[in-house]
Amino acid sequence: MKYVDEYRDADLAKALAARIAAEAKPGVSYRFMEFCGGHTHAISRYGVEDLLPANVQMIHGPGCPVCVLPIGRINDAIKLAALPQVTLCTYADLMRVPAENGASLMKARAAGADIRMVYSTMDALRIAEAEPHREVVFLAIGFETTTPPTALAVKRAQALGLRNFFVFCNHVLTPAAMRAILDGANAETERLDGIVGPAHVSTVIGARPYEFVAEIYRTPIVISGFEPLDVMQSILMLTRQVNAGRREVENQYARAVSRDGNIKAQREMDEVFDLRDSFEWRGLGEVPKSALRLRGAYAKFDAERRFDIETVRARDNPACECGAILRGAKRPTDCKLFGSLCTPDTPMGSCMVSSEGSCAAHYAYGRFRDARRARAVEAVS
Amino acid sequence: MELLGDDMARVDLGGVSKAINIALVDDVAVGDFVVIHVGYALSRIDAEEAERTLALLRDAAAATEIGA
Amino acid sequence: MTHIAQPLRRKLDIKNGRVDLSHGSGGRAMAQLVADIFHDAFGNEWLRRNDDQASLGTLPGRLVMTTDGYVVSPLFFPGGDIGSLSVHGTINDLAMAGATPKFLSASFIIEEGFPLADLKRIAQSMGEASRSAGVPIVTGDTKVVERGKADGVFISTAGVGVVADGLMLSSDQARPGDVVLVSGSMGDHGVAIMSSRENLQFDTHILSDSAPLHELVAVMTATAGGALRVMRDPTRGGLAATLNEIAQQSNVGVFIEEAHVPVKPEVAAACEFLGLDPLYVANEGKLVAIVAPQDADALLGAMRTHPLGRDAAAIGAIVEDEHNFVQMTTAFGGGRIVDWLSGEQLPRIC
Repeated sequence: MKYVDEYRDADLAKALAARIAAEAKPGVSYRFMEFCGGHTHAISRYGVEDLLPANVQMIHGPGCPVCVLPIGRINDAIKLAALPQVTLCTYADLMRVPAENGASLMKARAAGADIRMVYSTMDALRIAEAEPHREVVFLAIGFETTTPPTALAVKRAQALGLRNFFVFCNHVLTPAAMRAILDGANAETERLDGIVGPAHVSTVIGARPYEFVAEIYRTPIVISGFEPLDVMQSILMLTRQVNAGRREVENQYARAVSRDGNIKAQREMDEVFDLRDSFEWRGLGEVPKSALRLRGAYAKFDAERRFDIETVRARDNPACECGAILRGAKRPTDCKLFGSLCTPDTPMGSCMVSSEGSCAAHYAYGRFRDARRARAVEAVS
Repeated sequence: MELLGDDMARVDLGGVSKAINIALVDDVAVGDFVVIHVGYALSRIDAEEAERTLALLRDAAAATEIGA
Repeated sequence: MTHIAQPLRRKLDIKNGRVDLSHGSGGRAMAQLVADIFHDAFGNEWLRRNDDQASLGTLPGRLVMTTDGYVVSPLFFPGGDIGSLSVHGTINDLAMAGATPKFLSASFIIEEGFPLADLKRIAQSMGEASRSAGVPIVTGDTKVVERGKADGVFISTAGVGVVADGLMLSSDQARPGDVVLVSGSMGDHGVAIMSSRENLQFDTHILSDSAPLHELVAVMTATAGGALRVMRDPTRGGLAATLNEIAQQSNVGVFIEEAHVPVKPEVAAACEFLGLDPLYVANEGKLVAIVAPQDADALLGAMRTHPLGRDAAAIGAIVEDEHNFVQMTTAFGGGRIVDWLSGEQLPRIC
């Protein structure tokens, strides 16, 4: 596969790993956060952490839209789907997200709610066109990659004159989330030396929106492609910035990301959405100006207005450490629930809920390192 | 990549082809490579930049063999 | 003799007819359906007797029995259909015990309104699969349920086979040091099914690998005999599920090399598109074999002589591991575990 296989080459990986090890100064600890869930997944799936020296540590950030969707909004989605005339369309990843009292969209479907898994907004539109007697609600989530597609879907619904298509909008913004993380990273244990910036999001928003990270928060950031070699090269670039005392925005994913991004996509987003004052993120709490809602001009497609949705805040399990884990202050294994009560089959909190979540990635791909580490500790003590 | 009507195009990856919405990218032509997400093309892949990135990767790798 | 008018026996309208409730009621309509569609396709001495049961005589060796349900959607897919799948799948369950499959049964639950043409097509496909594998379908049953209660047709099968002495294949027999082999490329069936699901809409030339493995198994047991510890076919949940099951049941760990696991480029590409891992995608004509190390080379060689084992490969080994992890060195050079799949990757795959 062109433009894919070359970025997964094992020999290049080994050589890059040696380069990172050579340049990472001994005795210095490097803590880098990969913000995007896709990166978390790539790192785990390809075993990238095995190829990094011990003093370079990857912290898994909150860039997983499934993980950060608050329980209250899932409850709302379940309530919507329970209405007899509603067909709820959702991306498959949301089906198993735990809501209140062990509920989930998957369970609601088994109980008879008309919930349909779709791969794309186009599928939801098609259903609305084909079934005019149903009120089709698209559960929209995601950062700036899925937002332009939703915008296009709303405009197309308008062009088609559809009266039975609605969007339950939970789109969130990357730079605002980064700001929230950086604001919270004050203690030494939460210190971040650099950020690996998201791949797909950056193709849309460009490199410019990250300049505040370097300028205001004095933190190096490298926008990275999501193939494992891209990630490793980005880690090398971050290491070099730290060593040289530089604090810049660098673009490793130059083949798909420009400084300005995809202007057309940005214009579509601007036309259909505007900014909410505040939005609750699972694990991070209320974050100002971090989420979108449909503009007045498109109000007739807004599920919140059509169905009078008033979101009630719901709490996560008190023992759940997702908040600290999302900020990189704690590791999955620091959470009492990890691996016992909280597993991918029985997720208790946001980090375990999707395969891109920090705990899910660790459970699925990295658990054996814990065993290895425990054995090593036993051997020494 | 092959253009169909109505903002759609057919893309190919390793012998598998799929219809994708290209409304978000301007000026895509047959033969271009694109980044895809949830059924939409988000951005063109610049072949020159791709080569440059690969060259950088290989340089970093080569430097290691010569040096340490 | 008094002349009594006989009812005119009308032929089934295969082209345009549909199954209706009378076909399940046990009366003449059902008898005609069974004869014209099923007996016609399966044709053998047991069915010709038209009893409710088949008398099999005595069988030499240890008896093995299996049962399966088939609910695959769509019913017809590239490389097969629910009919051929049900025959192959049942034969394979027997073959994994090292058994020679002897007889099959097939029971059909058909939805009112199902087109007769499709039913005939499925029956013919089963008949061909059964004949080509040399395993007759000797008894069966037919039920019809109201519209909406059965999504077309569901097939339930059972199979009986015999195992020769000296073979003790079971999933708890793997020992540290044993070699792990697969008979060919992973993920073909799942991708073929997905490509025919309407809402996914991608085009590919991948065909399901649905096939009966008993003859390949015969070659394998002849070559390795008792050195063959475990055989399993990685259906739902793919290679990952099978390796995890074996690890747990044998209380061992497994170590594999991703670079050695055969995956067709088109399957890899389709999985890329859909965000899936080929290790978790279903197969219906492949097997995993665990064999004692000294016999591994000979077994691999023997497998490769058979058309269904041409791409057989050694992918790893069994190790000691109290956690029963399946560990993998990725093609990229790093390490990870291949865990159980959580949740449903794809429903109605077989």
